[in-house]
Amino acid sequence: MTTTNLVTATPSRPWQKTPKEILPSILIYVGVAILVALIVEFTGFKGKLAYIGLFIPIGTIAQFFWARYKFGMKAAKDVVASSIMATGAIAVFIPVLSILLTTFIKGLPGISLELFTTDMGEASFTDPVGNGGLLHAIVGTLYLILLSIAISVPMGILTALYLTEIKGPGSRFIQFMVQAMSGVPSVVAGLFIFSAVILTTPLDTSGFVASLALSILMVPTVTRASQEVLLLIPNDLREAGLAMGATQWRTVAMIVVPAAKSGLVTASILGVARIAGETAPLIFTLGGADKLNPNPVSGIQGALPFYIWSGFRLGTEESVQRSWSAILVLLVIVLALFTLARVVGSKQKGARK
Amino acid sequence: MTNGNENSENNQGESEDKMDTQAKVTPNSLSSVAQNRADKQAGTQPMGTGLEARGVHAWFGSHHALSDVTIDFSAGTVTALIGPSGCGKSTFIRTLNRMHEFIPTAAFAGQVLLDGKDVYQKGTDVTKIRLQIGMVFQKPNPFPSMTIGENVLSGLHLAQIKMGKAEKEELLESCLERAGLWNEVKDRLGAHGGSLSGGQQQRLCIARSLAVNPKVLLMDEPCSALDPGSTLRIEETISQLSSSMTIVIVTHNMQQAARVSDYTGFFLSDGGPGELIELGPTAEIFSRPKDQRTENYVSGRFG
Repeated sequence: MTTTNLVTATPSRPWQKTPKEILPSILIYVGVAILVALIVEFTGFKGKLAYIGLFIPIGTIAQFFWARYKFGMKAAKDVVASSIMATGAIAVFIPVLSILLTTFIKGLPGISLELFTTDMGEASFTDPVGNGGLLHAIVGTLYLILLSIAISVPMGILTALYLTEIKGPGSRFIQFMVQAMSGVPSVVAGLFIFSAVILTTPLDTSGFVASLALSILMVPTVTRASQEVLLLIPNDLREAGLAMGATQWRTVAMIVVPAAKSGLVTASILGVARIAGETAPLIFTLGGADKLNPNPVSGIQGALPFYIWSGFRLGTEESVQRSWSAILVLLVIVLALFTLARVVGSKQKGARK
Repeated sequence: MTNGNENSENNQGESEDKMDTQAKVTPNSLSSVAQNRADKQAGTQPMGTGLEARGVHAWFGSHHALSDVTIDFSAGTVTALIGPSGCGKSTFIRTLNRMHEFIPTAAFAGQVLLDGKDVYQKGTDVTKIRLQIGMVFQKPNPFPSMTIGENVLSGLHLAQIKMGKAEKEELLESCLERAGLWNEVKDRLGAHGGSLSGGQQQRLCIARSLAVNPKVLLMDEPCSALDPGSTLRIEETISQLSSSMTIVIVTHNMQQAARVSDYTGFFLSDGGPGELIELGPTAEIFSRPKDQRTENYVSGRFG
């Protein structure tokens, strides 16, 4: 322990545990790990899951008794509570990590330059992996995402503004409908657009029609997330705007929406996340082309989820490999869009001092 | 301009007086502060016409919150509204610039005359009313998405008032100057309003209300969230502004009412709707109130 006086005070963190205090805990975990390894080796427990399934309860119990011996019952209960929460966090983290790793490991072998420059017009799914590519599906998916954003984000945010700011007639009914809409199964959204648009209007299967189906799923997500964000804006700010002689519209446009901007971007991202991987609505509405079609309003298009679905359905070695590569590409595209939205959304003018 | 300078010098002297009298607080010292101020204000000429509330009632749903309040705020005066919590002071000043109607269940009766015209008259453009009657709130609320400079000029954009760039810069400086904030922020007008201290934020909010050049400024407990130093700065600002506009200030701080106001109104609710018990020159309210309830309140016997 160092003594400090007022003249030569050095910054320290007395609340932090010293390595000496942490060491017993680490040793206990090492001991438990060895014990678990022995149990798996010599008893009926087998596999990776057995390690985790044994390590967490045994480790928790060991730490509990150590903490009770050293620091008393309160600390011991604290250890148990922390352990339960850490287990929860790990339980969430492991599947995410597993998905990312599996996608990466299985998708990477199929990644090549041709994948991004050619389509499947001349190739078949069962051809060797180098033949043909994803270009048509990447272009189709980007169109679908952008068109769905163009339709759903304004619609979702305006609906949220109506419900939280204007609170006009029918708010309750609209709120109910938004909730009901967010429960619509995605295949039903596809069927609805198929019967309401494709069968009754001159519009045929195309990227635009498919994004209409996706918008049915995206609008309620964006609306509800935007509502949550708008409700967090303090009422003081609205009153301040109105008290300065602004109309409600100007108050909302100049004060409420800018204050909620980053949250509204998050709401839109949630919407994109909802639809980016949807396959079912595309089956009836997109057509599922194998050739590149840069026109989203006329003619059938491809999409990555559709491509992934087709590849797995065929089930040959090559087609499954193609699907894994397409999953990796889809993941990267979605992550790139999220990052872009975050960067744009967090940019604030005049943030410098 | 010379006139304005004279005024501010006058107010400098006054703020020193305030510092001296802050130490001891007895009903007598309150009245002497008020008398002091009344003497100083005696020479000031009121300007323009004022704001007048006639028989104002307010309801929230079936709850009658405010009953029959009549106050004539003459131009160029500072009127303090005091009274215990829940007596309807805040409700009353919110009826003056028609902020009352934003509460969904609110109802209103009576007249509020601005320059002789009823602000509740059918067909009145309410946004124009609120341009002329500015408001400062209890909690400092600078707009979070805007810089200090943008905050001050936000009223122009909100009310869609067109103005040249040079004019805007001039206005920005004069508003911050009048709110007593210019020297502290002139080098960081591009910083966010949230980076200021609470007291500075409140003065920023005052500067923001001044930008649209209101005739009346309503202040709803503007110092209740601030430390004594910031409170003093705001009071100086109020004194300076009172030469050019009508100010109505709701406050729980009776010393503050005595220090800054020319007239004081005492509100009270005895279970029923809030009522205006007594209104008079501040010096009189604090030294020889006519109503026993007022005397009890200003002498600290309840509330």
